[in-house]
Amino acid sequence: MNAPIRRLSFVVALLFLSLLVSTTLIQFVYAKELNARPDNRRTLLSTYARERGQILVGDTAVAKSVPTDDQYEWLRTYPLGAKYAHITGYYSFYGAGGGLESAQNSLLSGSSDKLAFRRVSDLFTGRKTRGASLELTINPAVQEAAIKALDGRKGAAVALNPSTGEILAMVSNPSYDPNALSGHDLKKVDAAYKQLTSDAADKPLVNRTIGGDLYPPGSTFKIVTAAAALSTGRWSPESELPGPAVLDLPLTTKGLPNIGRRPCGPNDTTTFQNAFEISCNSAFGYLGMEMGADAFREQAAKFAVGDQLYVPMRVTPSKVPAELNKPQLAQSAVGQYDVRVTPLQVAMLSAGVANRGTVMKPYLVKSVLTSDLSILERTDPEELSQAVTPEVAAQLTTMMQGVVENGSGKPARIDGVSVAGKTGTADTNNVDRAHAWFTGFAPANDPQIAVAVVVENGGYADSEERGGGAVGGPIAKAMLEAGLKK
Amino acid sequence: MTTVSAVSSRKGRNVELALLVFAVGIVALAYVNVGIAVDGAVPPSLVAVGTGFLVITGVFHLVMRWRAPYADPLILPIATLLNGLGLVMINRLDLANGRDLAEGMALRQLMWSALAAGLAIAALFILRDHRILRKYTYLAGAFGFALLLLPLVPGLGVEQYGSRIWIALGPFSFQPGEVAKIVLAVFFAGYLVQTRDALSVAGRRILGLTLPRARDLGPILVAWMLSVGVLVLEKDLGSSLLFFGLFVAMLYVATERTSWVAIGLLLFAVGCWVANLLFSHVQRRVLLWLDTFSTEALETSDQLARGLMGMAAGGMLGTGLGRGRPDLTYFAESDFIIPSFGEELGLVGLFAILLLYVLLIERGLRTAIGARDGFGKLLAAGLSFSLALQCFIVVGGVTRVIPLTGLTMPFLSQGGSSLLANWTLVALLLRISDHARRPVPDPAAPSPLASEQTQVVKMR
Repeated sequence: MNAPIRRLSFVVALLFLSLLVSTTLIQFVYAKELNARPDNRRTLLSTYARERGQILVGDTAVAKSVPTDDQYEWLRTYPLGAKYAHITGYYSFYGAGGGLESAQNSLLSGSSDKLAFRRVSDLFTGRKTRGASLELTINPAVQEAAIKALDGRKGAAVALNPSTGEILAMVSNPSYDPNALSGHDLKKVDAAYKQLTSDAADKPLVNRTIGGDLYPPGSTFKIVTAAAALSTGRWSPESELPGPAVLDLPLTTKGLPNIGRRPCGPNDTTTFQNAFEISCNSAFGYLGMEMGADAFREQAAKFAVGDQLYVPMRVTPSKVPAELNKPQLAQSAVGQYDVRVTPLQVAMLSAGVANRGTVMKPYLVKSVLTSDLSILERTDPEELSQAVTPEVAAQLTTMMQGVVENGSGKPARIDGVSVAGKTGTADTNNVDRAHAWFTGFAPANDPQIAVAVVVENGGYADSEERGGGAVGGPIAKAMLEAGLKK
Repeated sequence: MTTVSAVSSRKGRNVELALLVFAVGIVALAYVNVGIAVDGAVPPSLVAVGTGFLVITGVFHLVMRWRAPYADPLILPIATLLNGLGLVMINRLDLANGRDLAEGMALRQLMWSALAAGLAIAALFILRDHRILRKYTYLAGAFGFALLLLPLVPGLGVEQYGSRIWIALGPFSFQPGEVAKIVLAVFFAGYLVQTRDALSVAGRRILGLTLPRARDLGPILVAWMLSVGVLVLEKDLGSSLLFFGLFVAMLYVATERTSWVAIGLLLFAVGCWVANLLFSHVQRRVLLWLDTFSTEALETSDQLARGLMGMAAGGMLGTGLGRGRPDLTYFAESDFIIPSFGEELGLVGLFAILLLYVLLIERGLRTAIGARDGFGKLLAAGLSFSLALQCFIVVGGVTRVIPLTGLTMPFLSQGGSSLLANWTLVALLLRISDHARRPVPDPAAPSPLASEQTQVVKMR
């Protein structure tokens, strides 16, 4: 029996040889590949050991890493919690999610190529490598005012500096507490994440100002229609336009009604200026069909509709349908049909008008600071497009001032400051309620701040005053006031 | 089979003592290393755990000097070292999961180790000669098959993590397969020693292989059906492969006929192929094995993937004990203890551990060669090969050589039944080895009578 036992030991040797090969393949040959996998939590955790950069609003850190006693060494905290949740995002065991934590992860974690020199010098000086900090463009007063005025209602608010594109406020409701996701207790994090992504929670993780299910813009999109119409030269603010209670549309028995189904002026006619002020649908439907789909769509594109923007978070592109027949065009001209926008896009409409027709590229990070707070990189304002000529911009400004002074936007009036604005009441599937919009800027003669506000299903669908004006106006007013306060 | 190799008659107990001191030293060093790496201080539990471990080892060694003085001096130190390293890793995972000594698994493992060593010592005491076991061949057979099928008994067997290889007795859960492995080896050895002549001689030669007669196929077919039964009903490829592999190997050793191996492999391949066609749980295992990182597989289980990433994180030299994250893998202290070691000790450390097993198995096979009786040879070879096969199934499972199954790594893995069984296995090997290395009374040596004045006339 000894010969087969010897042969058996040869089999044993073969079995173990296969194990030596398999372990070598895993731990040596393919190790790099396995370590680089995005779902490799060990790789993620090793980044916990490095102090992540701060996210700063003025002198206040809205995201910072604090040292801990546990094995992770650093805990990511968000001192202002839900107020800046959609700007900061969160940094969890499952990776950086939403907001700047994700969009600027390589800078915050210190692994960016821009910090390569820094890392090398850290190596020599023995300093612990830390992530870079981000200084934001946010004006905390405007941000606070927007949160307070929205008062927990579902919706979004954005403010821009029209001349630079700096984002001054970015609020999305409902919000969430990023601290709940950044903790080191995996069970709690899991529970919090499950709760936030449950159906009942209504997508608090989505930043409604730049993404999610886009909104129909309603009458705020009349800024685009008006801009296109004025740019043709065929119409001026004084032009007479048809303004029946319901505009007859070709190809369909359904007409385009005004909100409240009232005519916009005596004998079913009105002026361009008045039509804009009271948000007359039939007049704008008529304008849209008269100028044609191409002119309308091109004007929208000049306001950056359809552009892929990064602020640096990815902004879902707003859209105007590529194919529009006449009735669809008429409806699109008043911001209905399949026109879909982000609140940021709507703010850019106002900002473009305010900045003499030039749309600036919106951005959130003013500068990148190294760990000792010296400036590594500063964002320069960048022109995105020339939406309209300065002359047309001036005409639009006057018309938008009229909205706040005489028309549907009266709730946004500010004493001693001329405010330009436009209301919107966007029909949704809900019969009674509509999304309440307001966008505008102030002061009209020297614009400092442009805003857009939407409250989901916040207004009554039967009246522009009770819709965008009454609901969105006061929020916009609060933000504008906060932005103008020195 | 009557070959008696020239085995040194040196007892080797002092070598064993030196190696044991070395093994305990390594374990203590590793234990301190973990404490310093995780908590930055020498762990206060060192005294308790260290003393416990030292006492077990010391007692075992003394018993060896008394009851098995000629046994192989490497077997005990290797088993001790592996057991100790397992203890260190389990303690390390306790720390990672925030369990202190009292509620942790390390202390329980230490108590089980003591119990298992106690059982092994008792076996050395009670079993003065391994040939006694031969008397219980058929009892062992019945007991072994009963153990194997025990998890299928309703109310007793529990299905855990997709396999039905556990039984629950009150608060204890037990893997009877671990014990069955030894009992069946005893049965196979006893049975094959009796029947080897019939199984090895008769038959026709076809294609260079001497095929057995149809009526001699009975035993291998029974073993095959049983192993397929385990695969299908208990859903455990590992146990199935272990028992069938053990049987075929022992059959081969007993009969020296390659055709048995060919028939066995063929039967097993057919069994696996059919099971893969028919049963979804087998297909799932195969998917996880072949396509570990596909979305579909990861949705089923990312355990294997996590283990692989842990091993990759260890790389060549490892993160160092206490510096990796083996706790990110489920069952890092039992089925996946090998990836845990791979992560923290690196490829180098893993090789060292695998070589310890190779050494242990080699000593076992050497014992088989040295044994003077057929039963002892077969038993030692079977036990050693079962150890080898089990290592291959476990390590091969976590490194994607074969589909992953739910067996434990002998001595290293956390678990009472595994420790009890494998220490008993070691006791049997030591007993056979003691017998094999014990010097035979030399027939040529002058008997005391030769010096007598009176000559005795030989009558043979």
